[in-house]
Amino acid sequence: MPVAALQTSTRELRTAIYDKVVEAGDSFIHEIKQGQFFRIVDLEGNQAVDTLFYNAHDHADRYSAQDTIREQGNIYLTTGTRLFSSLGNVLLTIVADTCGRHDTLGGACAAESNMVRYDIGKRHMHACRNSFLKGILQWGQEFDKRDIAHNINFFMNVPVTPEGKLTFEDGLSEAGKYVELRAEMDVLVVISNCPQLNNPCNAYNPTPIRVLIWDANVL
Amino acid sequence: MESSILWEEALPGAATWSHVLKRGTALRLTDLEGGTNVGATFFNFENPTERFNLPDTLKAQHIARLTKGCVLYSDMGRILCSIMEDSLGWHDPLSGCSNAALVNKKYGEARYQQHRNQWHQNSKDNFFIELAKYGLRPRDLAANINLFSKVVVEEDGSLHFAMNHSTPGSFVELRAEMNVLVILNTCQHPLDPNPTYAPKPVQLTVKKVAAPGPDDPCRMFRPENGRGFTLTERYFL
Repeated sequence: MPVAALQTSTRELRTAIYDKVVEAGDSFIHEIKQGQFFRIVDLEGNQAVDTLFYNAHDHADRYSAQDTIREQGNIYLTTGTRLFSSLGNVLLTIVADTCGRHDTLGGACAAESNMVRYDIGKRHMHACRNSFLKGILQWGQEFDKRDIAHNINFFMNVPVTPEGKLTFEDGLSEAGKYVELRAEMDVLVVISNCPQLNNPCNAYNPTPIRVLIWDANVL
Repeated sequence: MESSILWEEALPGAATWSHVLKRGTALRLTDLEGGTNVGATFFNFENPTERFNLPDTLKAQHIARLTKGCVLYSDMGRILCSIMEDSLGWHDPLSGCSNAALVNKKYGEARYQQHRNQWHQNSKDNFFIELAKYGLRPRDLAANINLFSKVVVEEDGSLHFAMNHSTPGSFVELRAEMNVLVILNTCQHPLDPNPTYAPKPVQLTVKKVAAPGPDDPCRMFRPENGRGFTLTERYFL
């Protein structure tokens, strides 16, 4: 798989059946039916979009970062990447990507990890894992923290070196860049539009994103 | 305080093992034959919703490999285990574990009915079974590390399994900083290109160890770890 498999989509905004702006720092939860296409647009550029996916009918069957990178033999997500679940199923496939590279090792920021990474006094800043919890708690009784595993960071740049170093770098994304996925089964998506202010993952300025859904076979 | 051995045991290949490793004890793993792989995952035994968090471990220490000085973070900003000793310099945190489909594709199916305890086992199903012994479900398994294996990430992001990484006598030692439910599995690494089903044994040594001091190498490894130890110590106050 090439490093940056740039691919545009043929689907037009006017034919989308769902179109919503998710403000900076907000959470978003929604079902996507098998065959539908789901697009995330980085409206202003360099915005990390922390994302979890679940089999809509079995939340224990959920996106697995380790299974996904191992199955494709590469840590970066781009066009052609199949998103594997913890039980070995393909949840979605990335079918278009104008950014070229997305992260799945950096995880989601949290009040607790911010204390470790930056300062114990940073506990009270808004963070992604609080947004994930808000999203799943409003979805249903059966969901709890144990269902939050390791996520994708669309538009985020976390390079790894052959010497085994990992860093958070300035994003490769720009205003209007997008990623589009085809659902291979009915899936639930949970997004935290990242509020992190302590590192360059959002260029120190969290901004809105736009999410759209198209029905199968609509161009 | 001198460390003192509490007990030793050998795990055969394709075995699964679990133990609540108490704060103040350590687990040394020693490769007996060379080429072993030990999948491992970790929970706070007192509240297993607190568990090993792979991204927090990597980003707090700016690492994509595990070695001496590194610690394993939970999702709650605390340290489950510290890597006190390591003769290898690289253990793989990235690749996850084998599942039934991978094992059947790579080695072929070998069922219990024909092969008895030489049947072909996979890591993920055995993690799930061991978790169930503690009332935990598949959704409780977030990620695992692979001790004794090295997987290099090239500049283009591609993963490359390092051959002949671990030799007989290679060892790594994990000190428990909490009361940690440790689950181990000795199935082969999922990216090991060896086409032969040949999981290798590992020696386990459990011992008492001194609490980490102010100049402990894991505490001093990075400023982040200093804060991680502080938060872990507060949990026991």
